[in-house]
Amino acid sequence: MPALWHSTFFLVIVLLAISRPSLASQAGNDDLQMGTEHRTYKGTENGTTNLITTLPIVTWNWQEIQFPYLVALWILVSWLCKLMLQLNPSLTSVIPESGLLICIGWVLGGIIYWADKVQTFRLQPFIFFYYLLPQIVLDSGYSMPNKLFFSNLGSILVYAVIGTCWNAATLGLALWGCWLGGAIGGIDIGLLQLLLFGSLIAAVDPVAVIAVFEEVHVNEVLYILVFGESLLNDGVTVVLFNVFNAFVSLGGAKINAVEIIKGIISFLVVAFGGSLVGVIFGLLISLLTRCTKNIQIIEPGFVFVLGYLCYLTAEMLSLSSILSCTFYGVCCQKYINANMDERSVSTVRYVMKVFANGSETIIFVFLGITAIDPSIWVWNTAFIFLTLLFIFVFRFIGVFFLTWILNQFRLVPLEFIDQVVMGYGGLRGAVAYGLVVSLDEKKYKEKNMMISTTLLVVYFTVMLQGITMKALVNWLKVKRAAQTERTLAEKIQNRTFDHILVAIEDISGQIGHNYMRDKWNNFEERWLYWLLMTPSARKSCDHIFNIFHKLNLKDAMSYVKEGERRGSLAFIRKETKIDVDFYKKFGANFSEMMPYIMTENMGSDHVPVSSILWDSMPSVCLDMHEQDLKMRESEDVNAHHLLQQHLYKGKKQHRHRYSRKHLEVNKDKNEVQEIFQRTMMSRLESFKSAKIGVTPPKKITNHLKKDQPQKMPNGKSTDNSKSHAYGDEDGEFSEGDSASGCEAADGSFPMRACRGAGIVNPAFNAEMDPMPPMQQIPPWLAATEVDSSAVVPSQRAQLRLPLTPSVRSSPRGHD
Amino acid sequence: MQETGFTPAHIVRLYDRFEALDKEKTGLLRPQDFGAINGLAMNPIGDRIIGAFFSPGQETVDFHSFVRILAHFRPEDKKRPKDPSMPEPVNSRTSKIKFAFQLYDQDKDGKISRAELLQVLRSMLEMQVTEEQLESIADRTIQEADLDKDDAISFEEFRKSLEKVNIDHKMSIRFLR
Repeated sequence: MPALWHSTFFLVIVLLAISRPSLASQAGNDDLQMGTEHRTYKGTENGTTNLITTLPIVTWNWQEIQFPYLVALWILVSWLCKLMLQLNPSLTSVIPESGLLICIGWVLGGIIYWADKVQTFRLQPFIFFYYLLPQIVLDSGYSMPNKLFFSNLGSILVYAVIGTCWNAATLGLALWGCWLGGAIGGIDIGLLQLLLFGSLIAAVDPVAVIAVFEEVHVNEVLYILVFGESLLNDGVTVVLFNVFNAFVSLGGAKINAVEIIKGIISFLVVAFGGSLVGVIFGLLISLLTRCTKNIQIIEPGFVFVLGYLCYLTAEMLSLSSILSCTFYGVCCQKYINANMDERSVSTVRYVMKVFANGSETIIFVFLGITAIDPSIWVWNTAFIFLTLLFIFVFRFIGVFFLTWILNQFRLVPLEFIDQVVMGYGGLRGAVAYGLVVSLDEKKYKEKNMMISTTLLVVYFTVMLQGITMKALVNWLKVKRAAQTERTLAEKIQNRTFDHILVAIEDISGQIGHNYMRDKWNNFEERWLYWLLMTPSARKSCDHIFNIFHKLNLKDAMSYVKEGERRGSLAFIRKETKIDVDFYKKFGANFSEMMPYIMTENMGSDHVPVSSILWDSMPSVCLDMHEQDLKMRESEDVNAHHLLQQHLYKGKKQHRHRYSRKHLEVNKDKNEVQEIFQRTMMSRLESFKSAKIGVTPPKKITNHLKKDQPQKMPNGKSTDNSKSHAYGDEDGEFSEGDSASGCEAADGSFPMRACRGAGIVNPAFNAEMDPMPPMQQIPPWLAATEVDSSAVVPSQRAQLRLPLTPSVRSSPRGHD
Repeated sequence: MQETGFTPAHIVRLYDRFEALDKEKTGLLRPQDFGAINGLAMNPIGDRIIGAFFSPGQETVDFHSFVRILAHFRPEDKKRPKDPSMPEPVNSRTSKIKFAFQLYDQDKDGKISRAELLQVLRSMLEMQVTEEQLESIADRTIQEADLDKDDAISFEEFRKSLEKVNIDHKMSIRFLR
């Protein structure tokens, strides 16, 4: 709470500071309430334009700096408001953040008004439409769940087009009826103006919907329907707005069938044209990212610049800019995510979120501020009340009616409860306000009344409906979003299901959804991937593979965190070195690519290592993608197996074993060799019963070089050993050693291959007596491992044999 | 008809399709008839699905079985009374999962072994990943789902791993009237 008061105080001071200079800038405004200090500076400023008598040490450059300064200051203030809100989490759980921001906006507006006696800051339409809205739409498009979006596209379009038209028409007509009936009073308004008003207030607003639904996690189908509708209805809104605006200018008399037909055509042109612009720009950026491998540092910038250009191009051609930006994001996301380096992808994602969130905050704060301006308020109770009533009622009627029709065609019908939430979630927001403020006063005598009504509608929907949304969702027991992450198994099953459904559709002779999706996928794979994606990205873009990859990464990160968390154990210092070494080793694999990792990892501090690890993790993956071209594909496998064998299993069961394991992993080649030798010695003792000889280390590594990658994931071996006691770990260690030995020597090979060597050195077997257990390859292993070397199964076989306990329990000398 | 839950209009349409597939007009479908369907040839698991239509040991499919298998893919009836005495309807969630399970489990031992999983993965992903990656993926999948650690996925484990998935959505198609 003290922090809250401090920040409030600070904000007030800042605001006062803003309002004074802004006033100073208004020429001819000699408000005597300004501080004298300020006066003298102004005097100096004026003096400098004439003649300076002495060298000024510092000058007050407010005039030059004013505009960017104010902009920056306002952005800061808006974001500070957001910060203030977060200090009090109990409040934000009741009232949605957007509502609270509006309230703060009122407070700020009040302060400014009190200081200036006039509202100097308001949300100008052009600022809103050109500087604040594009980022939000861009972010929505980019993070749109494509599959969900397209599978529900039919429903979304129905709601967006027909629903919005219905809302606009009914609202306009109802208000007109009331006006004719005299309920609204004798205002200078006509049918067309009311229809225009209806069209601009009918549209569900994407900003508001995001703001509210973000905090209420409803199930994904419901979310995509409301959200998709809010985005796509812009096409309709723009058309309706422009058409009615033009009609008002033309005058009622000139409207005939031709004009109406033109209106309909204009809708088609605007909507499809806007989408086409978006798609074209999406293709452009995909092609561009294909070539930007060498300038990865600016890669993310292109996404934003092209996105903004896309928005502006659509605006220039008077097409629907929101639609274009949305489709830009929707089209490009898959390809740029595949083409760009992982760090660039993260950058794009985060920066988009920063911009979008920032814009949203600023929009809501300013929505609040602009309200505190008596000059715009024309309070017409009946109008306001009727508008609110009609919006509500007609929205529900529209939703229910359309859903009833849609449910005849949908595969999974929408439930009644979902429909209620959909109807209730029709929030209006800043887009409506922007449109209404951009009306021409001369044509619309009642502009102020419309502005006031719009503002009130926006406040009502955002705050009241926002507050009650969560309660409603809970009360109605709406199905919520699934919280868990996808497992690999689920992913695979989903893929299987897709194939099954396509097949069944083929068999039963129906052309259904899945058939079309399958056709699209095939088309995409054949042509688009080739055109839009880099060769390396093409190979690794499979979905299941990506999930697998991401899961491995996640495990790697948690492994690191886990390792760091172990503060109190004796080998903590070694452990950090281990982490360093492990990743450095990792880095050693791809050392030509990432020399910087090695230098950075020199530090033995705990903290830098972890941050480096965070950085280096993606770099590892980066290399895995890039090096497809340079090194063998087995590198990928290498990395994956490395991660898998070390991380995935262990995370669940024996965490301590991991760290112990990596104790032995070393950076120094010689050290590695030495440890390897020691391990082999100790193994020799225990292996004596198995009659395996040991060749000098260097020979081993030579032979290991020849080894082909093992195909066995060593997760299996850890599987079996887990049931043993601590002594087990030693088994793991030596594997680790040998692994390091190999790697240092070879520089390109999987720890797995070396691992094999650790237990049963394949090299020896070639020269020495073969191990008896080697013969006993479990049949099911042999069946699958058709192309692996003979040694590989034997390692596994050896582990599984009853002999292993004796191996494991022997005393270890090297530890 | 009652068993499958299709309406008469559906059945008529399916019968037309059956007849169209049955080139030799024998009233029974053979694997070759299925093979003639274009899309199916390109489907990675097409042959398994065809196999699912034929009961073990049988060479032909009659209309009854044809409809019965297709009935698995009807959307679930939400309003169905939960009558424990009645047998599980063909398009219930469990039946759908069972159908999918049987696609994997070719040797019908009630478990999806690693090899079986690998085969399915290979056919679905063959072009894009290497053999080692496939195996890693298979292993990881089994690790995730395998609760009794027998290195194979039983039906119960399979079902459990899919409990969060909306099966009704994913395993239903819209049958046109």
